[in-house]
Amino acid sequence: MMDDARPTGAAPALEIRGLVKQFGDKVAVAGLDLDVPSGSFFGLVGPNGAGKTTTLSMATGLLRPDAGEIRLHGVDVWHDLIETKKLVGILSDGVRLFDRLSGIQLVTYAGLLGGLPREVVAERAADLLQLLDLESAGGTLVVDYSAGMTKKIALACALVHAPRLLVLDEPFESVDPVSAANIRDILDGFVGSGGTVIVSSHAMDLVQRMCDHVAVIAEGRVLASGTTDEVRAGSTLEDRFVELVGGRRAGGGPEWLRLS
Amino acid sequence: MVATLVRLRFLLLWNALQRSPWQMVAVVIGGLYGLGILIGVVAGLVGLGFAPIDVARTAVVLAGAALVLGWTFLPVLTSGIDQTVEPARLVAFPIPIPKLLVGLAVSGVLGVPGIVTSVAALATTLTWWRYPLAALAAVVCAVIGVLTCVIGSRMLVALVSVIGEGRRFREAKGLVVFIPLILLGPIILGLQRLLSDDFDSLPQIASIVAWTPFGAIWAVPADVAAGQFGRAGLEFLIGVATLVVFALAWRWGLAKALETPARSMPAKAAKRGLGFFGVFPGTPAGAVAARALTYWIRDPRYAQSLITLPLVPVFVLVYAGSNGDLTPLNSVGPIIAFLLALSIYADVSYDNTAFALHLQRGVSGRDDRIGRVLALAVFAVPLSLLTVLATVWLTGAWTALPGLLGITVGVLLSGFGLSSLVSGRFVFAVPAPGESPFKSKPGGGFSLTLSLFATWGILAVLVLPELVFAIVSFVSGQIVYGWISLALGILLGAVLLVIGIRVGGDIYDRRGPELLAALQRLK
Repeated sequence: MMDDARPTGAAPALEIRGLVKQFGDKVAVAGLDLDVPSGSFFGLVGPNGAGKTTTLSMATGLLRPDAGEIRLHGVDVWHDLIETKKLVGILSDGVRLFDRLSGIQLVTYAGLLGGLPREVVAERAADLLQLLDLESAGGTLVVDYSAGMTKKIALACALVHAPRLLVLDEPFESVDPVSAANIRDILDGFVGSGGTVIVSSHAMDLVQRMCDHVAVIAEGRVLASGTTDEVRAGSTLEDRFVELVGGRRAGGGPEWLRLS
Repeated sequence: MVATLVRLRFLLLWNALQRSPWQMVAVVIGGLYGLGILIGVVAGLVGLGFAPIDVARTAVVLAGAALVLGWTFLPVLTSGIDQTVEPARLVAFPIPIPKLLVGLAVSGVLGVPGIVTSVAALATTLTWWRYPLAALAAVVCAVIGVLTCVIGSRMLVALVSVIGEGRRFREAKGLVVFIPLILLGPIILGLQRLLSDDFDSLPQIASIVAWTPFGAIWAVPADVAAGQFGRAGLEFLIGVATLVVFALAWRWGLAKALETPARSMPAKAAKRGLGFFGVFPGTPAGAVAARALTYWIRDPRYAQSLITLPLVPVFVLVYAGSNGDLTPLNSVGPIIAFLLALSIYADVSYDNTAFALHLQRGVSGRDDRIGRVLALAVFAVPLSLLTVLATVWLTGAWTALPGLLGITVGVLLSGFGLSSLVSGRFVFAVPAPGESPFKSKPGGGFSLTLSLFATWGILAVLVLPELVFAIVSFVSGQIVYGWISLALGILLGAVLLVIGIRVGGDIYDRRGPELLAALQRLK
């Protein structure tokens, strides 16, 4: 299915140098450098407001950076947006979907917008709905979906044009465990066939089990990056994360909150 | 607790305003407008003090009843009640219902409409300054009247939300009540004519209204002034009883709403197939068109502008004041074309952040523009042209046909082009998907109206050539000018359409990320 989309040469899937983004007075991303090797399953972790979503939006051509350089499989993202968008599939957190379409219509729409022929879209849309346990809900309007179903249909939209790089912002939020396991299988298969996946998540256990590479981001900078084993350095990813980011409090909460 | 709720209300308003200086400007202008009306009303009420009791009574009772009716029913019709402190959001807090009721009522009175109403109601005291006892009664009655207004508005909203919930019910209701709302203008005009013919019956009407729950409280001071204490007492009882019944009904509705917080409806029976996606060409532009046309049917925000169309002839006939003469009907075709052609000038804003999908998939600006125009043109072009034919057939003005077609075609094509340009460049504060089509962000309604008028003005200039030739043809009766207008409409319109799509598409290609960022700020 993706034979024509093999990585060529040794260019990293994503290469970011000196990325800066400011909203008013607030610096969201402060000179961030990041390398995501081609064919890796890459986890991006960080506290709330660390700049994960902002970084991923800029890396996929949705938000214009103030400064810095982003290359996606060797393509300069902000000089060749069209080429970038063919390479990458995105699941954004916190944007709406065209939710007055039925599930199957929405996936079809995403496929046709990407310029795929109608027959190819029809075949892939059917496959995707089946893979994501959405077959029976294909005719229901997305506005009537549950939160987890909405996530899954958005994932289908990100997959339909068979990208080389998948960027998933919080893909497992409010997804039930069975569907989450199915999604993980799909992503593992995708990485196994040479694709690259970047996920941002708060679920450290999940990232530690799932990802072979990981980067810890806080206050718009990368604190640590490398293979998962390198970054966690013998302890669990969660402990290492807390150690890097800081902000843990000692003690058991305020006096008045203790019942005895 | 009550003070906390009231503070919360102002804090929410203030924070909402701080997000955009332009909204602030709009709110200030809106406030000045309200102030102007208020000054006029107060002056009028003071002036009534010099009139005979009968005249003052009639005016105060009718205006007061209209005020209570408006407060009670308009919020349900428009869903436009100021829900900054929404009961549904307070469900999780342990607030006793009586305190909640008082808090919500006070914060209702302290809104801009509440303050305006209070000042106007208290100004009735000045109407009765020659009768101290009546003036005293007016103060008490004004307080009761204002409370009736505010509680009435909250009550009906609470009751309606008990009766129905769920997306479909809400949307259907929004559309059904829209019709009387648009017809409000013609209805008022009709009432005016009726009354101006029969001015002497007004006092009688007022006397009847004074016995209804809506008018009773406003009649009390007048009857005190006239020395009719028995009648005043009865009217006062009716007024107080109304307030009590409203409050009890509100309490019941609110308690019910707090017990059963909003929940989403279970998924309805599924539709099969691809709908319009199977009909339009399988290209990006075709997909955009299929999506847009689906939204024209499924999204109440679009359906709203379609419902207006059949009412255009009614408007034209009422406002033209025709007496059996059907000639004004000829303008219906061009008006419908005008409304439809500009209906997509805020199309990207209606997408809200769902627009991100277009950016993610790298849709070119031209494909995006063409798709949106195509979806509209599919029904707008035949609908407008058929309307022109139908009206000309009705009026028998066949010599005007080429000119009318010229204006209509020109308006449609130039309007498509203009909309393509505007929606690719600007983002407006329109209701978000799923919100009521009438919900306006603070100040958003104002800036939207302003930009709408600006767009209308520009379109009027763009179709000036067609318009001039068509009018020359109507006036002179020389049909050849009509044909020139039609030729101009097709040629000039086509050129403007191509320019609009190209320039709008280029702007879109260049500024796509900025467009998305603006949409995200609005969210």
